[in-house]
Amino acid sequence: MNLLRRLGRGIGAIPRSGRRLLRRSGARVGLLLLPPMLWLGLVYLGALAALFVTSLWGQNSFTGNIERVWTLDNFRDLLTIEVYRTITLRTLGIAALVTIVDAVLAFPIALYMAKVASPRLQRLMVIAVLMPLWASYLVKAYAWRGLLAQNGLIDSIASPFGLGTPGYGLLATTITLAYLWLPFMILPIYAGLERLPNSLFEASADLGAGSGMTLRRVVLPMAFPAVVAGSIFTFSLSLGDYIAVRIVGGTGQLLGNVVYDNQGAANNLPFAAAVATIPVVVMLVYLAAVRRTGALDSL
Amino acid sequence: MPTAISVRGLSKHFDEVRAVDGLDLDIADGEFFSMLGPSGSGKTTVLRLLAGFEQPTSGRIQLGDDDVTDLPPYARDVNTVFQDYAIFPHLSVRQNVEYGLRVKKVPRGERRRRAEESLATVRLEGYGERRPHQLSGGQRQRVALARALVNRPKVLLLDEPLGALDLKLRREMQIELKEIQREVGITFVFVTHDQEEALTMSDRIAVFNEGRIEQLATPVELYEQPSSAFVAGFVGTSNLLEGAVARALLGADGPFVIRPEKVQLVAPADGPAPDATTCVAEGVVREVVYLGATTHSVVELDAGAILTVSHQNSDRSIDAALERRDQRVVLTWRRDHLVSLGGSDPDSPVNRAASPEEETA
Repeated sequence: MNLLRRLGRGIGAIPRSGRRLLRRSGARVGLLLLPPMLWLGLVYLGALAALFVTSLWGQNSFTGNIERVWTLDNFRDLLTIEVYRTITLRTLGIAALVTIVDAVLAFPIALYMAKVASPRLQRLMVIAVLMPLWASYLVKAYAWRGLLAQNGLIDSIASPFGLGTPGYGLLATTITLAYLWLPFMILPIYAGLERLPNSLFEASADLGAGSGMTLRRVVLPMAFPAVVAGSIFTFSLSLGDYIAVRIVGGTGQLLGNVVYDNQGAANNLPFAAAVATIPVVVMLVYLAAVRRTGALDSL
Repeated sequence: MPTAISVRGLSKHFDEVRAVDGLDLDIADGEFFSMLGPSGSGKTTVLRLLAGFEQPTSGRIQLGDDDVTDLPPYARDVNTVFQDYAIFPHLSVRQNVEYGLRVKKVPRGERRRRAEESLATVRLEGYGERRPHQLSGGQRQRVALARALVNRPKVLLLDEPLGALDLKLRREMQIELKEIQREVGITFVFVTHDQEEALTMSDRIAVFNEGRIEQLATPVELYEQPSSAFVAGFVGTSNLLEGAVARALLGADGPFVIRPEKVQLVAPADGPAPDATTCVAEGVVREVVYLGATTHSVVELDAGAILTVSHQNSDRSIDAALERRDQRVVLTWRRDHLVSLGGSDPDSPVNRAASPEEETA
């Protein structure tokens, strides 16, 4: 509102012919949208384009300087060098695992929030789900490092049962990422389930279905697009992450680390850019695949 | 006739609100039974209690010979047609109709056959493969009906199923629903706030007000012999005469009800003298409302009340009626067309209509 008013006052200073033009709603909307469109266009898509262009450049292996000549060497290396193939597949696997763990954890919580809890409890739970997002990412990752440490909390709770901490590694990374991204799965499923009219559940019961049957035949199929919508978040966030694996991942490496190391220590920006395009391409393929489920409509 | 549903002392309180308050009700097998009332009168709550979506605060519900009060919805031999139809959007029309049979593990062949039959009953042959979003409102309504009927329930509960349809379609569906009910012979319990709809379709109607039944009667009784001012006002248009006006015109306090179409409007010179069978009242026409098939004249009586008079536009002399505005007229009606709501007056022209309890028995 404030912005609109300020914009209105600004229009007053423009000569009459210009004002008449601006009064036409198209021009006014266009003017309103200009800053965000510039942001999206230049800063966001422009940076992405720059990334692609950079990935097609090379590096002088002797001086380490970037050579602005077109080459597909970076992508060839990515595909042919074993270690990068392994890291790519490992990253995809962990992102998929994190997504599945989050979906399994989030669904009952979201279902309870949307259809069982009282309106008051519902609001409290939404806040509770969002609250971890207010805390610093690093704090949460280091908290997991403490939890998972030898003689840490998990270790001391599990040891009487003859179990122990999984230690630092890919499992710890999966757990930490699943914890970090859980709200991004709960909220879309919650929103999707909340949209379903109660009469659908009642109709299912009315037609003879018990709650298990209703869950399987009505709730799950109808919530599926919302689950896919949540998976877009958890999957893409996991694909790009490099901090959690640094903190709890032990010696394990993910694509994010490769990008980070090539930017920092190796100073091979073109190769880092090539690695960074992998998650982008994977996500584009994923989005195209899930488009048919209607998940994109429920984002 | 055996009873399909028998309800005793049924109450449902939401915190302080008594949505249903000590209801006794018997619905006969094969009956088309309507629950009529304004919104918030408790009629939908009764339906939801019968379906099992709500648990009563007190009271028992019997379905046939079985007490179903504590049974969940899926264990009751009733099916519901929901106000918003509640068609499963992720299933085809056939899958929707088959849903009830499927969860009851009816074999595929029989499922198919019965679904086709049911779709034919609601005249949706060949729509099985359609998706719900490809259907019109009226067609969705039919799918909801077929989905409920296919289970051959003892009782079909309908929660204002025609509310979302336009007038023409609603009229068609009213007649069709009645036909379908006669054809399948299932007891229908129909909730509506539309008095015309209830009068058109029902064998009996229960008029609800504030969680209680005001009157339970056949459509004709309900219209001709309303038992309270509420029923008289809710079912059809009615003129209420009470207090000083009633005393001056009719010689008793009343209250009395006279339906607009029972009153004749004549020029002052043509007015008959009042006698034992005819009532006469003079007044001035304040408003003339042309309604197509009928014309309503609003007459302010010299005695003080305002009466609506309706007459069929059976000839084309509407102009004459329209010209009567602000003119003096005489209203006459037969004394036995008056309905007394007072009951206390022994000389009341018509005895009070039977109370709901007597009707139920």
